[in-house]
Order: sequence, then C-alpha cells, then structure tokens
Amino acid sequence: MSLILRIKKKFSVIFKFLKKKNRMKIGIYGPPNAGKTTLANRILRDWAGDVMGSVSEIPHETRRARLREGVTIEVDGKSVTIDIVDTPGLATKIDFHDFLKYGLSEEEAKRRAKEATEGVIEAIKWLDDLDGVILVMDATEDPFTQVNITIVGNIEARNLPLIIVANKIDLPNASPARIKAAFPQHTVVPISALKGLNIDTLYRCIAEKFG
Amino acid sequence: MEGVQLNLISKEKLEKMSSMEKLRMILDEVKSGTIVVLESGLTPEEEAKLIELTMLEIDHENFVGIEVETYPQKSGGFFSKLFGKKEGRLTVIGPANKLKTLVKRDDLIKALVKP
Repeated sequence: MSLILRIKKKFSVIFKFLKKKNRMKIGIYGPPNAGKTTLANRILRDWAGDVMGSVSEIPHETRRARLREGVTIEVDGKSVTIDIVDTPGLATKIDFHDFLKYGLSEEEAKRRAKEATEGVIEAIKWLDDLDGVILVMDATEDPFTQVNITIVGNIEARNLPLIIVANKIDLPNASPARIKAAFPQHTVVPISALKGLNIDTLYRCIAEKFG
Repeated sequence: MEGVQLNLISKEKLEKMSSMEKLRMILDEVKSGTIVVLESGLTPEEEAKLIELTMLEIDHENFVGIEVETYPQKSGGFFSKLFGKKEGRLTVIGPANKLKTLVKRDDLIKALVKP
C-alpha cells in the first residue's frame, strides 16, 4: 500500500473518531464453535429480551451475518447503545466430510460447506463497516490459531477497539491465562456465555471500550 | 521421485510483487499441492484477502482450503504505528489436506507435511 493511502487510512480513522457516532457497530468475531452466537444470545436476552439465532454443536451453524440494532447496556449508572453484528465463524479450510461425523447427509454437508464458505467471506467484508470488535476465543483451545492471529492483526491495522473474550470458562480444561499470555496487548475477559459466568465484567468492559 | 514440493520465496521477490500477484501465486501453487514458504510473510490485510480468495476457490472435492503457519505480528515502533506499516513474518502456506499444525506458540511452530 502506498504511503499516501496509508496516511489517508490513518486520518479516516481519526475523523471517524472525531465524528463520534451515536451508536457503535460492534462485530462478534471468532473461529467456528467458539460461542459467538451463544454470547450474542446472552447479551440480547439480558438487555433486549430476545435472541440472535440458533446454536449447534455442528460447526458453522451461523452462515449469514446477523445485525441487531440499538441494544442498550446499562452498567454502574452509565448506558451505552450499540448495534451488534453476529458473524459466521472464520476458517481457512472447510471440508464437508467434517459435517458427516454429525450425522448430516452428504447433500446437507455439501450445502452447509458451501454456505459456510460464503459466510466466511461475508464476515471478512463486515470488518470494513465496524467501529469495534468482540473476538470470542474458546478458552479450552490453543489461542495461536491462524484465524485468531489474522483477526487481531486486521483489527490492529484498522485501529478498532477490541475486547477478547475467553469463553467456556465453565469447562474444566479452560485456560484464559493462555489467551492473556498470547495477546498481552489486549483486554481479555474470561466468561462463560452459556452459564453467564463473569458476564457483568464483560458488560462493564463493553461500556468502557465502546461507550 | 515422489514427494511434496516446497517453494521458498525470498523477501526481495515478494517486495517486487503486488498484493494480488502474491495471493494469486500462493493460491495457484497451493492448489497444485505445493507448500509455499514466504520469507517475509503477508500483512494482516493480505492474510484476510487470502482467506477470502481461498473460500471462493474451495470446490469441496479436490481443494478444501489452506493451512497457514505464521507467528503473531510484533508490535511496531512509532513510525509503523503512525503509518500502519507492519512487516509480515516467516509464513508457511499449504493445502489443508497436506499440511497440519501440531504445535503453535508465539516462538515455535511444529507442523506435519503429509505426502
């Protein structure tokens, strides 16, 4: 990228900040099965009284980005209203054979794989239209995946505020410390989106970062 | 002789190529079964574009995607923060059905290449 383009990009970020939108558009990102939709459902259930979408143990359940506008979160007398984009899981490979293990027919598995590839493209495209990102990682898994590294790199390159969520801390082999050690330059909040553990800390963090 | 071809691309060669030239070259080589080693890696934006292009090329029969091995970006100095220029690090890219990550840490990557 030329120097002029890079300077232009930097200044567009500053102008965007000065313009200060009334509502920030926040993307929920992460690899498949990290718990993105479970988290989106938790936030909506707590603050809007409904849910974002269905969850499943089969990877790539969310294959289209979903937008929910105007979710107001109130913490310590402070309120923040955000638009939430629940994105499909990012991956570098999608093999329909992986879905057969869950009992899907070959036709269903191939369709799911095709829709999943389109979902990944959609999730990447959304990065250009966001004001902040919540990156959900599975705390029972190795955090140094290419997907995590690519998402963090892109968010840093765009100067977007980022919260890393170390999800699934209700599971015995969860290690949020491993995620904190892997990305020490970013805020890491350990939670269980499913059980609601430590969720108030996340809401406080959302109000601080995106308010 | 049977085996897996490795293409080691120098930093100098990569610097002469545009982003799209690099990504097209990588995908063409990887789709033909070659493992590509980039001395200076890709920028985060190029990595995202590579994932996007890979998704477009998955045919669910012969090509199911890529495996990428690279270290996390190092934090840059004042000028790299100001101008957003971050240099990529050594990166290995291969077909997902041939290259498998075994261990990945911030300073060590172990991978398995299947013939």
